[in-house]
Amino acid sequence: MQKRKLSALILGASIASSGFAATEIEWWHAMGGALGEKVNLIVADYNASQDAFKVKATYKGNYSETMTSAIAAFRAKQQPELVQVFEVGTASMMAAEGAIYPVHKLMRDSGQSFDGSKYLSAVTGYYTDNDGNMLSMPFNSSTPVLYYNKSMLAKAGVTPPKTWEEMQSVGEKLLASGAKCGFTTAWQSWVHLENMSSRHNQPFATQANGFGGMDTRLAFNSPLQVKHVSKMGEWQQNGIFSYSGRRNDGAAKFYSQDCAMYTESSAGYAGIKKNAKFDFGVVELPYWAGEVKQPSNTIIGGASLWVLKGHKSEEYKGVASFLNYLSSADVQADWHQFSGYLPITTAAYNLTKGEGFYAKNLGTEIAVQQMTTGTPTENTKGLRLGNFIQIRGLIDEALESVWNGDADAQSALDNAVERGNLMLSKFEKANK
Amino acid sequence: MTVTFPHKTLPWLLIAPQLLVTLIFFLWPAGQAIEQAFYQEDAFGLSREFVALENFIELLQDPYYYNSIGVTLVFSMAVAVSGLSIALVLATMADRIIRGQMVYQTLLIWPYAVAPALAGVLWWILFDPAQGPIALWLEYMGIEWDHFVNGGDAMILVVIAATWKQISYNFLFFLAGLQAIPRSLIEAAAIDGAGPVRRFWDIVFPLLSPTAFFLLVMNIVYAFFETFGVIDATTAGGPGQSTKILVYKVYEDGFVGLDLGGSAAQSVILMMIVGLMTVVQFRFIERKVQY
Repeated sequence: MQKRKLSALILGASIASSGFAATEIEWWHAMGGALGEKVNLIVADYNASQDAFKVKATYKGNYSETMTSAIAAFRAKQQPELVQVFEVGTASMMAAEGAIYPVHKLMRDSGQSFDGSKYLSAVTGYYTDNDGNMLSMPFNSSTPVLYYNKSMLAKAGVTPPKTWEEMQSVGEKLLASGAKCGFTTAWQSWVHLENMSSRHNQPFATQANGFGGMDTRLAFNSPLQVKHVSKMGEWQQNGIFSYSGRRNDGAAKFYSQDCAMYTESSAGYAGIKKNAKFDFGVVELPYWAGEVKQPSNTIIGGASLWVLKGHKSEEYKGVASFLNYLSSADVQADWHQFSGYLPITTAAYNLTKGEGFYAKNLGTEIAVQQMTTGTPTENTKGLRLGNFIQIRGLIDEALESVWNGDADAQSALDNAVERGNLMLSKFEKANK
Repeated sequence: MTVTFPHKTLPWLLIAPQLLVTLIFFLWPAGQAIEQAFYQEDAFGLSREFVALENFIELLQDPYYYNSIGVTLVFSMAVAVSGLSIALVLATMADRIIRGQMVYQTLLIWPYAVAPALAGVLWWILFDPAQGPIALWLEYMGIEWDHFVNGGDAMILVVIAATWKQISYNFLFFLAGLQAIPRSLIEAAAIDGAGPVRRFWDIVFPLLSPTAFFLLVMNIVYAFFETFGVIDATTAGGPGQSTKILVYKVYEDGFVGLDLGGSAAQSVILMMIVGLMTVVQFRFIERKVQY
């Protein structure tokens, strides 16, 4: 008798608690290390700020692993509500209309106040449809800048180059002063082809870089890109440029002071600050002065948060509330200052500025300024290409064949365009 | 006289667990891969289209696919040959040591416990052109090393990393093989005046050939399939296509690129290549093996 009473009590208690329990929302992300800890703090703050919803953040490995596991989960009907997807996965996510819940629609459906114009258009532009509706929520966005070693440049008696024309003479003087190499780079396709194109307001692909439709084809074998890549190939031979891997392995050569300059994501700032045992500065990504009078904005890299279909409307209310929290000025400004990723709203930018953060951390504002130069055009809004991950892979291969002298710039880029177009037509076919 | 058992169902029941495991973990996924190879579908599985042999035709028309086959053959041969010969030398030497044999053996077996990706990263750091001690030493010796740009250097690096790990495994089998050879045979040869080299080639090596053959098959399978972690953690197939082995391409197209049909077609071809190679090995090389 006693036992039965007890079990009834437990049963009652568990029903009651599940009735009052916060609705749980799963968020899969790809932020490891210090960034992952920061994400956990943000989530904990959100959970403490209200008691209707409980966000559960899970680290799922690097970007492609996170995306692949979310897709696999979707196929098994076990998908999380929210998933972080890197920018190259954007076209794949967009094309999956049956799987994604556009953020602008989610916000409207769940009655959250949402004003697209509060966001920096250079950031959100990458993730909006042709009518300007935001499909995913930008979370961590960055853009490439040029880092330089102050003492090495001083020794050579030069200032950091504003243009690629200047890079020639700066590089020569650096080599003459005993430097092993002028500059190295991370993420070569992103910095030296994708952003190279947008900086000169030139198309990377037809159909407005893919925003205009899935029948887009690659166009990065035009004279500008060929000129840049062939110059880089020349520099690789004489030491002004030194290639060091597809990812950000180049950092090693910058830290060891072999290379005096390094083109890398603005989000690399924290890492460089931690590892560089010398004074370094940040300037905007150079451009070819002979090609444009005024450089255009660069485009972003990084990731955004996509909402997946197949959950209850109650849970989506929670997702909307959480996304709203994430884009509030305080949270954004804190995330921006901590990580070096760009702020996504004007309010967060102004808040950071008002706090005197940029004055105290010289160089951190460069990326924001460079991103917000002028109004984005169809060549600088972003890239929306299917199978883009593989296309980047074959661009890497093509560029490497130029660096090691196996091919000239024109034929390598022609080849990459041709192979990439096969990927695009395959994507078009699979998603029609 | 043959012994027969009257039961019809009992043998089946007894092998059922093994059959079930094979069915669920091997045949079913393999069947799924074969089916997938004839379809093209989007990543989320929202639409699916039967394309017959199109995935295969596309592959066979791609010159880069043949390049990848070539890279795989070079890579697996290099791994198998260097892995087997180094392990054999080490095992012969460890077998002759009288004092501290256990210590040598244990030390040589250690690398096997290292995960492939970790082994890759380890060598990657040692050879890093800017900071790696080995690369700096090579530079000091006047040898230029840059696995970021030079495809040959990258290939040497992944072969070293993949082989280093496999040596332990080979070593274990060779050592066991060596210890199984009766001492009296070797002693008899020694009394007849055969030197150590002669004894090795005329007695030890032939008696070791079953082990060597088994290891050859295992090493090639290892190089074909299990070295994926080494490549992924280091070169990611580059520079250019110089270290893009078939299994890495399967992963890249399937799991990173989410092209399931194309990736499945590649794994079907890979299954056929490995099957063919094993048949060839058993038919031609095994004839030379003395049991």
